[in-house]
Amino acid sequence: MTPTYPRRTKDQLAARVALDIFDGAVVNLGIGQPTLVANHLPEGREVILHSENGILGMGAAPAAGSEDYDLINAGKQPVTLLPGGAYFHHADSFAMMRGGHLDICVLGAFQVSAKGDLANWSTGEPGAIPAVGGAMDLAIGAKQTWVMMDLLTKQGASKIVERCTYPLTGLACVKRVYTDLATFACTAHGLQLVDAVEGLSREALEGIVGLPIAPAAP
Amino acid sequence: MINKIAQSVADALAGIQDGATVLIGGFGTAGIPNELIDGLIAQGAKDLTVVNNNAGNADVGLAALLQADSQVFDGLYRAGKLELELVPQGNLAERIRAAGAGIGAFFCPTGFGTELAGDRETREIDGKQYVLEYPIHGDVALIKAEAGDRWGNLVFRKAARNFGPVMAMAARRTIATVHDIVELGALDPESIVTPGIFVSKIVRIDRVATLAGGFKKAA
Repeated sequence: MTPTYPRRTKDQLAARVALDIFDGAVVNLGIGQPTLVANHLPEGREVILHSENGILGMGAAPAAGSEDYDLINAGKQPVTLLPGGAYFHHADSFAMMRGGHLDICVLGAFQVSAKGDLANWSTGEPGAIPAVGGAMDLAIGAKQTWVMMDLLTKQGASKIVERCTYPLTGLACVKRVYTDLATFACTAHGLQLVDAVEGLSREALEGIVGLPIAPAAP
Repeated sequence: MINKIAQSVADALAGIQDGATVLIGGFGTAGIPNELIDGLIAQGAKDLTVVNNNAGNADVGLAALLQADSQVFDGLYRAGKLELELVPQGNLAERIRAAGAGIGAFFCPTGFGTELAGDRETREIDGKQYVLEYPIHGDVALIKAEAGDRWGNLVFRKAARNFGPVMAMAARRTIATVHDIVELGALDPESIVTPGIFVSKIVRIDRVATLAGGFKKAA
Protein backbone atom coordinates (compact mmCIF):
# COMPACT_ATOMS: atom_id res chain seq x y z
CA MET A 1 0.00 0.00 0.00
CA THR A 2 2.57 2.54 1.13
CA PRO A 3 4.71 3.55 -1.82
CA THR A 4 8.42 3.00 -1.24
CA TYR A 5 10.59 6.02 -0.65
CA PRO A 6 14.38 6.20 -0.80
CA ARG A 7 15.09 5.53 2.87
CA ARG A 8 18.19 6.94 4.53
CA THR A 9 20.71 4.21 5.25
CA LYS A 10 22.04 3.97 8.79
CA ASP A 11 25.13 5.93 7.76
CA GLN A 12 23.08 8.55 5.93
CA LEU A 13 20.89 8.92 8.99
CA ALA A 14 23.96 9.26 11.21
CA ALA A 15 25.31 11.91 8.82
CA ARG A 16 21.97 13.76 8.94
CA VAL A 17 22.11 13.88 12.75
CA ALA A 18 25.77 14.91 12.70
CA LEU A 19 24.94 17.83 10.41
CA ASP A 20 22.94 19.46 13.23
CA ILE A 21 25.63 19.09 15.90
CA PHE A 22 27.24 22.49 16.29
CA ASP A 23 30.91 23.33 16.68
CA GLY A 24 31.91 23.17 20.34
CA ALA A 25 29.02 20.99 21.45
CA VAL A 26 29.35 18.47 24.29
CA VAL A 27 27.45 15.42 23.13
CA ASN A 28 26.47 12.02 24.53
CA LEU A 29 25.79 9.37 21.90
CA GLY A 30 23.61 6.54 23.18
CA ILE A 31 24.37 2.87 22.81
CA GLY A 32 23.72 1.31 19.38
CA GLN A 33 22.88 3.31 16.28
CA PRO A 34 23.68 6.75 17.78
CA THR A 35 27.36 5.79 18.17
CA LEU A 36 27.59 5.91 14.33
CA VAL A 37 27.10 9.69 14.49
CA ALA A 38 30.70 10.08 15.68
CA ASN A 39 31.93 8.83 12.29
CA HIS A 40 30.07 11.54 10.40
CA LEU A 41 30.81 14.80 12.21
CA PRO A 42 31.42 17.44 9.54
CA GLU A 43 35.02 18.51 9.13
CA GLY A 44 36.02 21.59 11.06
CA ARG A 45 33.60 21.03 13.94
CA GLU A 46 35.21 20.29 17.27
CA VAL A 47 32.82 18.21 19.35
CA ILE A 48 33.49 16.77 22.82
CA LEU A 49 31.96 13.33 23.35
CA HIS A 50 30.75 12.42 26.85
CA SER A 51 30.36 8.85 28.04
CA GLU A 52 28.28 8.39 31.18
CA ASN A 53 30.70 5.94 32.75
CA GLY A 54 33.05 8.87 33.29
CA ILE A 55 34.75 10.18 30.16
CA LEU A 56 34.83 13.55 28.38
CA GLY A 57 36.80 13.77 25.16
CA MET A 58 36.21 10.20 24.11
CA GLY A 59 38.00 9.14 20.94
CA ALA A 60 37.55 6.37 18.40
CA ALA A 61 37.95 2.65 18.98
CA PRO A 62 41.58 1.60 19.51
CA ALA A 63 43.57 -0.39 16.98
CA ALA A 64 43.18 -4.14 17.31
CA GLY A 65 45.50 -5.42 20.00
CA SER A 66 45.68 -2.17 21.98
CA GLU A 67 42.31 -2.40 23.70
CA ASP A 68 42.30 -1.36 27.36
CA TYR A 69 39.33 -2.65 29.31
CA ASP A 70 39.74 0.13 31.87
CA LEU A 71 38.87 2.55 29.05
CA ILE A 72 35.45 1.60 27.72
CA ASN A 73 32.36 3.48 26.64
CA ALA A 74 28.85 3.15 28.06
CA GLY A 75 28.25 0.26 25.66
CA LYS A 76 31.29 -1.45 27.24
CA GLN A 77 33.32 -1.26 24.03
CA PRO A 78 36.98 -0.24 24.23
CA VAL A 79 37.57 3.40 23.25
CA THR A 80 40.41 5.94 23.41
CA LEU A 81 40.85 9.35 25.02
CA LEU A 82 41.64 12.47 23.00
CA PRO A 83 44.21 15.03 24.18
CA GLY A 84 42.30 17.27 26.60
CA GLY A 85 40.03 14.43 27.70
CA ALA A 86 39.20 13.80 31.35
CA TYR A 87 37.99 11.03 33.66
CA PHE A 88 35.56 11.50 36.54
CA HIS A 89 33.32 9.45 38.81
CA HIS A 90 29.69 8.50 38.19
CA ALA A 91 28.09 11.15 40.41
CA ASP A 92 29.98 13.89 38.56
CA SER A 93 29.14 12.30 35.22
CA PHE A 94 25.41 12.36 35.89
CA ALA A 95 25.64 15.84 37.42
CA MET A 96 26.85 16.90 33.97
CA MET A 97 23.51 15.70 32.59
CA ARG A 98 21.04 16.79 35.26
CA GLY A 99 22.93 20.01 35.86
CA GLY A 100 22.30 21.05 32.27
CA HIS A 101 25.94 21.01 31.18
CA LEU A 102 25.52 18.55 28.31
CA ASP A 103 24.41 20.18 25.05
CA ILE A 104 22.96 17.23 23.17
CA CYS A 105 22.25 13.57 23.72
CA VAL A 106 21.23 11.23 20.90
CA LEU A 107 19.26 8.16 21.91
CA GLY A 108 17.52 5.25 20.27
CA ALA A 109 13.84 4.68 20.99
CA PHE A 110 10.99 2.18 20.89
CA GLN A 111 8.43 4.99 20.74
CA VAL A 112 8.30 8.78 20.85
CA SER A 113 5.11 10.75 21.30
CA ALA A 114 4.25 13.81 19.22
CA LYS A 115 4.89 15.99 22.30
CA GLY A 116 8.26 14.37 22.97
CA ASP A 117 7.55 11.67 25.56
CA LEU A 118 10.20 8.97 25.20
CA ALA A 119 9.96 5.20 25.67
CA ASN A 120 13.31 3.52 25.14
CA TRP A 121 14.20 1.33 28.11
CA SER A 122 11.67 -1.48 28.22
CA THR A 123 9.05 -3.05 26.02
CA GLY A 124 7.27 -4.11 29.18
CA GLU A 125 7.27 -7.77 28.17
CA PRO A 126 6.56 -10.07 31.08
CA GLY A 127 9.60 -12.09 32.07
CA ALA A 128 12.06 -9.64 30.52
CA ILE A 129 15.00 -8.79 32.75
CA PRO A 130 14.62 -5.11 33.57
CA ALA A 131 17.55 -2.77 32.98
CA VAL A 132 17.44 0.98 32.61
CA GLY A 133 21.03 2.25 32.66
CA GLY A 134 21.48 5.99 32.18
CA ALA A 135 18.61 6.52 29.73
CA MET A 136 16.29 8.33 32.16
CA ASP A 137 19.03 10.64 33.41
CA LEU A 138 20.17 11.47 29.87
CA ALA A 139 16.68 11.99 28.49
CA ILE A 140 15.73 14.65 31.01
CA GLY A 141 19.21 16.04 31.64
CA ALA A 142 20.71 17.10 28.33
CA LYS A 143 19.80 20.56 27.03
CA GLN A 144 18.51 18.84 23.88
CA THR A 145 17.51 15.21 23.58
CA TRP A 146 17.37 13.86 20.06
CA VAL A 147 16.10 10.46 19.00
CA MET A 148 17.50 8.48 16.09
CA MET A 149 15.49 5.49 14.87
CA ASP A 150 13.63 3.87 12.00
CA LEU A 151 10.26 5.55 11.62
CA LEU A 152 8.38 2.26 11.30
CA THR A 153 8.52 -1.03 13.18
CA LYS A 154 9.22 -4.23 11.25
CA GLN A 155 5.43 -4.65 11.15
CA GLY A 156 5.05 -1.23 9.55
CA ALA A 157 3.60 0.66 12.52
CA SER A 158 4.78 4.20 13.23
CA LYS A 159 7.11 4.50 16.22
CA ILE A 160 6.03 8.12 16.51
CA VAL A 161 2.72 7.89 18.32
CA GLU A 162 0.12 10.08 19.95
CA ARG A 163 0.81 8.46 23.32
CA CYS A 164 3.53 5.92 24.19
CA THR A 165 2.26 2.48 25.13
CA TYR A 166 5.67 1.19 26.28
CA PRO A 167 7.00 2.20 29.73
CA LEU A 168 8.15 5.82 29.70
CA THR A 169 11.74 6.98 30.01
CA GLY A 170 10.88 10.67 30.35
CA LEU A 171 8.05 13.13 29.74
CA ALA A 172 8.18 15.79 26.99
CA CYS A 173 11.96 15.49 26.79
CA VAL A 174 12.58 14.80 23.06
CA LYS A 175 13.17 17.86 20.88
CA ARG A 176 13.91 16.15 17.58
CA VAL A 177 13.39 12.76 15.97
CA TYR A 178 15.68 11.75 13.12
CA THR A 179 14.37 8.80 11.13
CA ASP A 180 15.12 6.96 7.91
CA LEU A 181 12.23 8.77 6.19
CA ALA A 182 12.02 12.21 7.77
CA THR A 183 13.17 14.51 10.56
CA PHE A 184 10.62 15.89 13.02
CA ALA A 185 10.52 18.44 15.82
CA CYS A 186 8.40 17.55 18.86
CA THR A 187 6.63 20.59 20.30
CA ALA A 188 3.99 21.26 22.92
CA HIS A 189 1.54 21.49 20.00
CA GLY A 190 2.64 18.23 18.37
CA LEU A 191 4.85 17.30 15.46
CA GLN A 192 6.50 19.70 13.08
CA LEU A 193 8.28 18.65 9.91
CA VAL A 194 11.97 19.46 9.59
CA ASP A 195 12.80 17.54 6.41
CA ALA A 196 11.85 14.39 4.52
CA VAL A 197 13.47 12.12 1.95
CA GLU A 198 12.96 12.95 -1.70
CA GLY A 199 9.43 12.45 -2.98
CA LEU A 200 7.84 12.13 0.45
CA SER A 201 5.32 14.92 0.98
CA ARG A 202 4.14 16.18 4.34
CA GLU A 203 0.65 14.89 3.55
CA ALA A 204 1.96 11.42 2.71
CA LEU A 205 4.02 11.47 5.90
CA GLU A 206 0.91 12.35 7.92
CA GLY A 207 -0.67 9.26 6.40
CA ILE A 208 2.26 7.07 7.44
CA VAL A 209 2.53 8.46 10.97
CA GLY A 210 -1.22 8.86 11.45
CA LEU A 211 -0.83 12.21 13.20
CA PRO A 212 -1.01 15.85 12.08
CA ILE A 213 2.40 17.28 11.15
CA ALA A 214 2.85 21.04 10.95
CA PRO A 215 4.80 22.37 7.95
CA ALA A 216 8.51 23.01 8.29
CA ALA A 217 9.47 26.43 9.60
CA PRO A 218 10.35 28.70 6.65
CA MET B 1 50.55 4.65 63.58
CA ILE B 2 47.86 4.54 60.97
CA ASN B 3 48.21 1.54 58.70
CA LYS B 4 45.26 0.57 56.53
CA ILE B 5 47.21 -1.98 54.51
CA ALA B 6 45.73 -5.46 54.82
CA GLN B 7 48.03 -8.38 54.13
CA SER B 8 45.42 -10.41 52.27
CA VAL B 9 41.94 -10.18 50.81
CA ALA B 10 40.70 -12.48 53.58
CA ASP B 11 42.14 -10.16 56.27
CA ALA B 12 40.58 -7.15 54.60
CA LEU B 13 37.13 -8.78 54.48
CA ALA B 14 37.12 -10.38 57.95
CA GLY B 15 33.96 -9.75 59.92
CA ILE B 16 31.44 -8.98 57.16
CA GLN B 17 28.11 -10.07 58.63
CA ASP B 18 25.15 -11.95 57.17
CA GLY B 19 22.52 -9.50 55.99
CA ALA B 20 25.03 -6.74 55.22
CA THR B 21 24.43 -4.15 52.51
CA VAL B 22 27.45 -4.32 50.21
CA LEU B 23 28.23 -1.62 47.68
CA ILE B 24 30.29 -3.10 44.84
CA GLY B 25 32.05 -0.84 42.34
CA GLY B 26 32.57 -1.39 38.66
CA PHE B 27 30.99 -0.67 35.31
CA GLY B 28 31.30 -3.17 32.49
CA THR B 29 34.83 -4.52 32.48
CA ALA B 30 36.28 -1.56 34.37
CA GLY B 31 36.77 -1.20 38.10
CA ILE B 32 35.16 -4.44 39.22
CA PRO B 33 36.81 -5.66 42.45
CA ASN B 34 36.76 -9.30 41.35
CA GLU B 35 39.31 -10.39 43.96
CA LEU B 36 37.17 -8.92 46.75
CA ILE B 37 34.01 -10.52 45.36
CA ASP B 38 35.76 -13.89 45.24
CA GLY B 39 36.94 -13.22 48.80
CA LEU B 40 33.40 -12.41 49.90
CA ILE B 41 32.18 -15.70 48.45
CA ALA B 42 34.92 -17.53 50.34
CA GLN B 43 34.15 -15.54 53.51
CA GLY B 44 30.58 -16.84 53.28
CA ALA B 45 28.34 -13.96 54.41
CA LYS B 46 24.74 -14.65 53.30
CA ASP B 47 21.49 -12.77 52.67
CA LEU B 48 23.37 -9.79 51.33
CA THR B 49 21.85 -6.69 49.80
CA VAL B 50 24.15 -5.86 46.90
CA VAL B 51 24.26 -2.40 45.32
CA ASN B 52 25.93 -2.49 41.93
CA ASN B 53 25.59 -1.22 38.38
CA ASN B 54 25.85 -4.55 36.55
CA ALA B 55 24.76 -8.02 37.46
CA GLY B 56 28.13 -9.35 36.38
CA ASN B 57 29.59 -10.40 33.06
CA ALA B 58 29.26 -14.07 32.11
CA ASP B 59 30.15 -15.92 35.32
CA VAL B 60 32.73 -13.62 36.88
CA GLY B 61 32.29 -10.77 39.32
CA LEU B 62 28.84 -10.35 40.77
CA ALA B 63 27.53 -13.25 38.72
CA ALA B 64 29.88 -15.49 40.68
CA LEU B 65 28.50 -14.13 43.94
CA LEU B 66 24.97 -15.01 42.85
CA GLN B 67 25.98 -18.46 41.71
CA ALA B 68 24.45 -20.37 44.59
CA ASP B 69 23.03 -23.07 42.29
CA SER B 70 25.32 -22.38 39.36
CA GLN B 71 22.68 -20.04 38.05
CA VAL B 72 23.31 -16.43 37.40
CA PHE B 73 21.29 -13.30 37.66
CA ASP B 74 18.67 -13.88 34.96
CA GLY B 75 17.86 -17.38 36.11
CA LEU B 76 17.69 -16.42 39.78
CA TYR B 77 15.53 -13.42 39.00
CA ARG B 78 13.11 -15.43 36.87
CA ALA B 79 12.97 -18.09 39.57
CA GLY B 80 12.03 -15.44 42.13
CA LYS B 81 15.15 -16.15 44.20
CA LEU B 82 16.35 -12.61 43.94
CA GLU B 83 14.66 -9.37 44.86
CA LEU B 84 15.59 -6.48 42.64
CA GLU B 85 15.17 -2.74 42.96
CA LEU B 86 15.86 -1.09 39.63
CA VAL B 87 17.35 2.42 39.85
CA PRO B 88 18.28 4.81 37.03
CA GLN B 89 22.07 4.87 36.84
CA GLY B 90 22.46 8.52 37.80
CA ASN B 91 20.06 8.15 40.71
CA LEU B 92 22.11 5.20 41.89
CA ALA B 93 25.27 7.32 41.84
CA GLU B 94 23.62 10.35 43.47
CA ARG B 95 21.82 8.33 46.17
CA ILE B 96 25.15 6.75 47.09
CA ARG B 97 26.87 10.13 47.05
CA ALA B 98 24.10 11.58 49.23
CA ALA B 99 24.63 8.82 51.78
CA GLY B 100 28.32 9.67 51.93
CA ALA B 101 27.59 13.37 52.22
CA GLY B 102 25.05 13.10 55.05
CA ILE B 103 22.06 14.19 52.95
CA GLY B 104 18.70 12.98 54.27
CA ALA B 105 16.94 12.90 50.89
CA PHE B 106 16.89 15.00 47.74
CA PHE B 107 14.54 15.96 44.92
CA CYS B 108 15.72 14.66 41.56
CA PRO B 109 14.11 15.20 38.14
CA THR B 110 15.13 11.81 36.74
CA GLY B 111 12.33 9.31 36.26
CA PHE B 112 9.46 11.70 36.98
CA GLY B 113 6.28 10.36 35.39
CA THR B 114 7.79 6.89 34.83
CA GLU B 115 7.06 3.62 36.58
CA LEU B 116 10.47 3.73 38.29
CA ALA B 117 9.33 6.75 40.31
CA GLY B 118 6.70 4.43 41.78
CA ASP B 119 4.67 6.12 44.49
CA ARG B 120 7.50 8.32 45.69
CA GLU B 121 6.69 11.85 46.78
CA THR B 122 6.98 14.44 44.01
CA ARG B 123 7.23 18.20 44.09
CA GLU B 124 7.18 21.04 41.58
CA ILE B 125 10.06 23.44 42.16
CA ASP B 126 10.37 26.52 39.94
CA GLY B 127 8.09 24.95 37.36
CA LYS B 128 10.00 21.67 37.12
CA GLN B 129 8.89 18.27 38.48
CA TYR B 130 11.05 16.30 40.90
CA VAL B 131 10.93 12.94 42.68
CA LEU B 132 12.06 12.48 46.29
CA GLU B 133 15.02 10.10 46.46
CA TYR B 134 16.62 8.64 49.57
CA PRO B 135 20.30 7.89 50.12
CA ILE B 136 21.77 4.39 49.80
CA HIS B 137 24.07 3.56 52.70
CA GLY B 138 26.39 0.58 52.74
CA ASP B 139 27.71 -1.49 55.60
CA VAL B 140 30.65 -2.30 53.36
CA ALA B 141 31.96 -0.97 50.05
CA LEU B 142 34.22 -3.08 47.85
CA ILE B 143 36.04 -1.06 45.21
CA LYS B 144 39.01 -1.29 42.86
CA ALA B 145 41.56 1.49 42.68
CA GLU B 146 44.95 1.79 41.02
CA ALA B 147 47.32 2.87 43.79
CA GLY B 148 47.08 3.73 47.46
CA ASP B 149 49.12 4.47 50.57
CA ARG B 150 48.90 3.41 54.22
CA TRP B 151 46.54 6.30 55.04
CA GLY B 152 44.12 4.89 52.45
CA ASN B 153 44.52 7.68 49.90
CA LEU B 154 43.54 6.38 46.46
CA VAL B 155 44.01 7.15 42.80
CA PHE B 156 42.13 5.36 40.06
CA ARG B 157 42.80 4.40 36.46
CA LYS B 158 40.81 5.73 33.49
CA ALA B 159 37.13 4.77 33.38
CA ALA B 160 37.68 2.22 36.15
CA ARG B 161 37.06 5.11 38.56
CA ASN B 162 33.28 4.95 37.93
CA PHE B 163 31.47 4.23 41.23
CA GLY B 164 34.60 3.88 43.41
CA PRO B 165 34.84 7.38 44.90
CA VAL B 166 31.13 7.69 45.80
CA MET B 167 30.85 4.15 47.17
CA ALA B 168 33.94 4.74 49.31
CA MET B 169 32.12 7.67 50.95
CA ALA B 170 28.85 5.86 51.55
CA ALA B 171 29.86 2.77 53.53
CA ARG B 172 30.82 2.40 57.16
CA ARG B 173 33.72 0.28 56.01
CA THR B 174 35.43 0.58 52.61
CA ILE B 175 37.87 -1.94 51.24
CA ALA B 176 39.84 -1.12 48.10
CA THR B 177 42.13 -3.25 46.00
CA VAL B 178 45.13 -1.47 44.51
CA HIS B 179 47.85 -2.60 42.15
CA ASP B 180 50.51 -0.47 43.83
CA ILE B 181 51.02 0.43 47.46
CA VAL B 182 53.22 3.50 47.70
CA GLU B 183 54.92 5.44 50.51
CA LEU B 184 53.06 8.33 52.13
CA GLY B 185 53.73 11.43 50.07
CA ALA B 186 54.32 9.53 46.85
CA LEU B 187 50.79 10.21 45.57
CA ASP B 188 50.51 13.77 44.27
CA PRO B 189 48.17 15.50 46.78
CA GLU B 190 46.62 17.42 43.88
CA SER B 191 45.74 14.14 42.19
CA ILE B 192 44.38 12.07 45.07
CA VAL B 193 40.79 11.25 44.07
CA THR B 194 39.62 9.53 47.25
CA PRO B 195 41.22 10.85 50.44
CA GLY B 196 42.00 8.16 53.00
CA ILE B 197 39.26 9.35 55.38
CA PHE B 198 36.82 7.37 53.20
CA VAL B 199 38.89 4.18 53.16
CA SER B 200 39.25 1.48 55.84
CA LYS B 201 41.55 -1.08 54.23
CA ILE B 202 43.60 -1.41 51.08
CA VAL B 203 44.95 -4.66 49.76
CA ARG B 204 47.41 -5.16 46.93
CA ILE B 205 46.44 -7.41 44.05
CA ASP B 206 48.34 -8.47 40.95
CA ARG B 207 47.93 -6.37 37.88
CA VAL B 208 46.05 -8.50 35.43
CA ALA B 209 43.08 -6.46 34.36
CA THR B 210 44.49 -3.09 33.44
CA LEU B 211 47.31 -3.49 30.94
CA ALA B 212 46.32 -2.58 27.41
CA GLY B 213 45.41 -5.80 25.70
CA GLY B 214 46.43 -7.75 28.76
CA PHE B 215 42.95 -8.38 30.03
CA LYS B 216 40.82 -10.86 28.19
CA LYS B 217 37.22 -9.82 28.38
CA ALA B 218 34.80 -12.46 29.61
CA ALA B 219 33.02 -14.06 26.65
